[in-house]
Amino acid sequence: MAALCESFTLCGLGPSGGVGLGGGLLALEPGPDPDHVLLTDRGRTATLFKVSDQKPLGCWSVKHGQIITCPVVCNFETHEYIAVHDDKVLRIWKNKDINLDKVFKATLSADVYRIHSLPNGGPVVLFKGGGVRTLDVLLEAPQQEIENVISDEVIKWSEAFMEGQQPVLIFTTEKDGDFFVYVQKLKMNSLHRYKLEQQELSKPLSFTAYIKNQIITLLCLYSNDSVYKVLIPLQQNTEEEEQILSKSLLLNLSVSGSVLKGTSFVVLDKDHVAVLGSLAASGEESKECLTIWNTKFQTLQTSKELPLGTSGQLWCYEEKFFFTHGKVLTVIMYKCETSSLAAAVGKLKDSQTPDVSSFVNWNTLGDEELVVSLQSQQSVALKSESKMTLRSKRNTVAKVQPDTLSVGQLLLNLKDASTTAFEDELRQLMSKAQMPDFQATIGCVITALINRCKTNPKYYPRNFLLQIVQTRDLSYSLCPDLMAVALEKKDVHLLQICLQRFPDIPEEITYACLKVFLSISEAYLQRIDVNLESVICYIDIEFNNKEVKTEIVENGFNAELEQDIWDTKITKETHLTSDGEFCPVGPQKAALLNAVLHSAYSETFLLPHLKNLPAQQAVLFLRYLYYLYVKCSEKINTTLPGIRSPTINQIMDWMCLLLDAQFTVMVMLPEAKELLSNLHKFVRAQVRFYSELNKIEGSLRELQRLNHQKDSQTYSIEVLELI
Amino acid sequence: MGEFEVHRVRFFGLVPAGVRCLACQPRGSRLALARTDGAVEVYNFAANYFQEKVIPGHEARSVEALCWAAGDRLFGAGLSGDITEYDLALLCVARSVDGCGGPIWSMAANSSGTQLAIGCEDGSVKLFQVVPGGIQFERNLDRRKGRILCLSWHPSDTHIAAGSIDFFRVFDVCSGQTVQRIMVNYHVLKVRRECIVWSIAFLSSGTVITSDSFGRVQFWDWQRGTLTESHTVSTSAVLSLAVSEKEDSIIVGTSTGATYQFQLLPVKMGSLEKRWVRTKPFQHHTHDVRAVAHSSTALISGGLDAQLVIRPLMEKMQKKGYDAALRKFTFPHRRLVSCARKARLLLFQFSQHLELWRLGSTDETGKDGEVLPLCRMPEHLVQLKSKGPEHIYCSCVSPCGGWVAYSTASRFHLYRVQYEGDGVSIKKVPKVPKLLLPAYQLQFSSDSGSLFVASARGSVHVLQLLEPGGCKHLHTFRPPSGSPEAVYLLASSADGHWLAAVGGDWAIHIYDLKCFKHHCTVPTYSCAVTALAIHPVTNNLVITYSDQQLFEFSIPEKQYTAWSRKVQNCGLHRVWLERDSPITHITFNPKNPSHILLHDIYMFCVLDKSLPLPDNSALLMNQSTLKQLPETARQRQLHAFKICKKFQPLLFADLLDENCLVMVERPIMDIKTQLPLPIQQKKFGT
Repeated sequence: MAALCESFTLCGLGPSGGVGLGGGLLALEPGPDPDHVLLTDRGRTATLFKVSDQKPLGCWSVKHGQIITCPVVCNFETHEYIAVHDDKVLRIWKNKDINLDKVFKATLSADVYRIHSLPNGGPVVLFKGGGVRTLDVLLEAPQQEIENVISDEVIKWSEAFMEGQQPVLIFTTEKDGDFFVYVQKLKMNSLHRYKLEQQELSKPLSFTAYIKNQIITLLCLYSNDSVYKVLIPLQQNTEEEEQILSKSLLLNLSVSGSVLKGTSFVVLDKDHVAVLGSLAASGEESKECLTIWNTKFQTLQTSKELPLGTSGQLWCYEEKFFFTHGKVLTVIMYKCETSSLAAAVGKLKDSQTPDVSSFVNWNTLGDEELVVSLQSQQSVALKSESKMTLRSKRNTVAKVQPDTLSVGQLLLNLKDASTTAFEDELRQLMSKAQMPDFQATIGCVITALINRCKTNPKYYPRNFLLQIVQTRDLSYSLCPDLMAVALEKKDVHLLQICLQRFPDIPEEITYACLKVFLSISEAYLQRIDVNLESVICYIDIEFNNKEVKTEIVENGFNAELEQDIWDTKITKETHLTSDGEFCPVGPQKAALLNAVLHSAYSETFLLPHLKNLPAQQAVLFLRYLYYLYVKCSEKINTTLPGIRSPTINQIMDWMCLLLDAQFTVMVMLPEAKELLSNLHKFVRAQVRFYSELNKIEGSLRELQRLNHQKDSQTYSIEVLELI
Repeated sequence: MGEFEVHRVRFFGLVPAGVRCLACQPRGSRLALARTDGAVEVYNFAANYFQEKVIPGHEARSVEALCWAAGDRLFGAGLSGDITEYDLALLCVARSVDGCGGPIWSMAANSSGTQLAIGCEDGSVKLFQVVPGGIQFERNLDRRKGRILCLSWHPSDTHIAAGSIDFFRVFDVCSGQTVQRIMVNYHVLKVRRECIVWSIAFLSSGTVITSDSFGRVQFWDWQRGTLTESHTVSTSAVLSLAVSEKEDSIIVGTSTGATYQFQLLPVKMGSLEKRWVRTKPFQHHTHDVRAVAHSSTALISGGLDAQLVIRPLMEKMQKKGYDAALRKFTFPHRRLVSCARKARLLLFQFSQHLELWRLGSTDETGKDGEVLPLCRMPEHLVQLKSKGPEHIYCSCVSPCGGWVAYSTASRFHLYRVQYEGDGVSIKKVPKVPKLLLPAYQLQFSSDSGSLFVASARGSVHVLQLLEPGGCKHLHTFRPPSGSPEAVYLLASSADGHWLAAVGGDWAIHIYDLKCFKHHCTVPTYSCAVTALAIHPVTNNLVITYSDQQLFEFSIPEKQYTAWSRKVQNCGLHRVWLERDSPITHITFNPKNPSHILLHDIYMFCVLDKSLPLPDNSALLMNQSTLKQLPETARQRQLHAFKICKKFQPLLFADLLDENCLVMVERPIMDIKTQLPLPIQQKKFGT
């Protein structure tokens, strides 16, 4: 929950720095140390403040007649201050200098728009013509010629970041109502020009931007009281015709009928922006206020009225807002905590949560969303491009080292690669194990594969999917479409593995799997590789014998025919012997059904689906459950041998559930009658047996006690068999 | 595979001594532990917490405090009033200095390990300088009445906090003056009880933490003399306290056997204000937890119930692995039992005596799990008491049962035992050769004709046994490149040709007994050897390491065998590698050369080299599954490891003949009954 805290006055402002648009300050920049800011007014003066002490530490001004045209910034590496006055004259000084006339001076050949100082990259100078130089380069030859990049466009806003080791500068320009975005990478000396998508009847008022994972997120405040988000990937190497940047609505600045007319805004964190503007309710006088909005839940988190008026400018450093309020520069501290829905609706008590370490990195998940939205935008952009550019693009992809690419970017680039290249790349990606957000990456990879399967029905990377699912700890929610596609392709082995490994399969899918498993013919399953470890220990003997027998009897028959006969024969036999001695399904099917029995479910959600199971399949399934139940009861500890074999509780629960769901059908169906009566007899016999056991419980306990006494002897000779 | 007749022995009345104190090596990976009988042990974290070194105790040498100083030098101090330095290579006391202040209750080294402070019965705190080759008395700090029970240096070495009865004091090290004296007593209106400060810790922030007999853990600002926080964790005393290196977590141990972790946590998320919060309670012990230690990844506690418990902090764990498991050690990581196969005798080693037993017999046979009726009961033949205050280092009985040998720190004894009908006569062998003592391991050759004595500096002496009761020194083997460490394990081949010896540097040397020369060295592996044995038929040396790896080395060919390479290629089963106690004994079945028999505390395993190795998806402990399967289905499920967990805790297992095993168990319950009653705690209104 974001909140505004106490406020205080940093300093009073002179006559020039008043309220109203056009008034105010030239800029506020961070000072050389934390808690320091550099204030440049619209006249001749720059002042350094220590914020927490509300105290000026230094003040410098240029001569009468001169005027500072570019905000003073601090070079964080050398702790020097840099300013430009009268558009062209560069001044550099240190803390101990008093008179600006006597400090270093350089006259440049073109007008400066702004200087951006980067913590590790040194200052960068942006000229009004769009040219960019680092200060070092500029000082080598101050009179060097500066190119004009933007002809008669006017720069509206600029910002600089460090991306890895290289400074990146972004600025926006306007010409005849059209807005353009330029991204300049200094080291690579590459400049990209984008056109901002037009918006009917409104135009951008203010910009802000941040960089994350090689993607610049540009936020624009429009005159229609909305904030839009524009994503600009840094990795583009094409130098082709200008691209149009599409934007998406991030936030609508209206709350219960009143609309905030924003003038400037800053980004606080992933989910919060602060907007300074006037709040106008219909029929009421507008009031200026500072507001914090949650973009995730689209809510106004907090606001503070500023009755004395502001200049419309807002800065934010080190969790403090700075703005002019009346005739003073006011500082407000704020708190911005991770947003949760509970916090957004005001239901979170107090954030007294201790230092909990969570396993899921939600930041990376957030980025996934970003990638998806980027993908959708990108696909639009791609469509507009010709086939030729696509090819050239692929070439560049091949050259770029995959290390430098984020996963999302890589997947994006691979969208159109050939199948083998695609799988190779993904395998390579997977082999880079132990990435910090590996889980999320795998999710992305699977999603990419599945998307490809969906678009290309012939494509189905069975082994690759199997490999991923077998080796990684995935969950259903991480790749929701995977099982749907597997169901469609009837890839029972993959489904089996998924059922065994995913902890969170919805009941609907579990049911769909069950139905597929029951409906698939045994002959088809015989050819398929299924993990049999759950049945091998209790099923194989009967089957071995059987196979031998059938081979002898039916020698010379065609295999499929034989299969059919065999099936009917078995059902007949089970009817005859009727004590559940033979397994009604083949080992493969049994293994698949065991996987279903093993998966987690909730009765309430499963029951409605089970009602839809066709009667024949329901009977077959019940028969198999009955068989398992009898098998279990044979053993004294009522457990089946083997790995991942179903437990007696699972068997009983499924049996009850199936009977509940299919009760009427079972009662009506003639072939179920005998099965039910057998089941009934068996259960009744068991109940009797256990009640008898209860009667002799006392005697049994006595036996056990005797046994225990023997155990406590200090010496005995026993027989141990090792197999 | 087959049926065995198992002699299940539970009459080995070993009661391990309680844990008295613990000391983690600063910035190192070793843990020193002292027991109430004066024994000192060193565990190596890097070698899967293997009990690397044991210095047996001494009647007159109790250890009340242990500390590491000057890197890897270990000092102990006790109620005898002496400060003792231990020689970890020779596993004995290196030197001893009188503290001159009566019984010593506590000792602490400063952060740089250059000075030791001791707290004495007479109320003095004395400083000693750690110098090469010993320690030197430096000076006394301000002396007042009342014994000093615990001590802690400020991390900057400028102050010392000392806990006493009813109060603790803070000394300025430079001036030696008491700069603060804080009463911790609370006044009960009628009865005034004294409050003992059992343990104290000085943090770099100036906070002093005390734990006392009222069950409180208190945090003091020593400069202002004020109590900042107080937590009552128990109704009985809080006996021990340890702080993590980062000073953000402490562990305390109480006399009810519970331990608690306290953590310094922000009051709110992201807040700068922090407070000590009791976070995790554990109840691993039944008796007093006299010693606790806090390593960077684990809470370690030792109790009078002789258990050492290492409880890893899961938040410090990067991955699930060997370190992430809770482990409890009650028994030593070496064997205290030796067996005379032919004579069916067992020799049990206690701290100050030996017991020789003859096993019983039966003439019946039966099916799996059956208990057979005995036709002869086991017989206690001899009890040999070691004279003097020293505890026994090692002992052995010869395969024929005719010889028994043991060694203490300064004496070596060899006895000739003769059996006439039901009577036993035992005679001490006079004039044993003067050897470099102590002996760390004794081993008779399989024909009972010679005795191998593991000794200091990597050397092994060979003694020839002479009838009717004498011996002479034949040869001394030394590793060709020399070694400072003592030999701690020996194995000899059945044909009397080879001898393998492992020293504290974990190098395995193989000597040729026929021509008395060094044969070869097994390639070094960076982990402690826990057991080794030479196969009677193939002369392959089987070695187990504390990281649960298993190697087979062919002595004649001087290289690892093909099977060993196969094991390394396939890797051992995950469950095998995650076991937490080392293999302590290996033996073979001469009738079935592909079998290797090995055991640890919790399992007995027959390793059949002729069967395939299990992969990670297979069930390692598959005996119960196999028993349920019909004969035909078993074949496919068989794998090399045949594990039996029926006998626990297993101190010793050996093969007497082809299908006859002996298993020596020591049920924990039997030990518990030997311990004093734990503090009575009310449960459910009883």
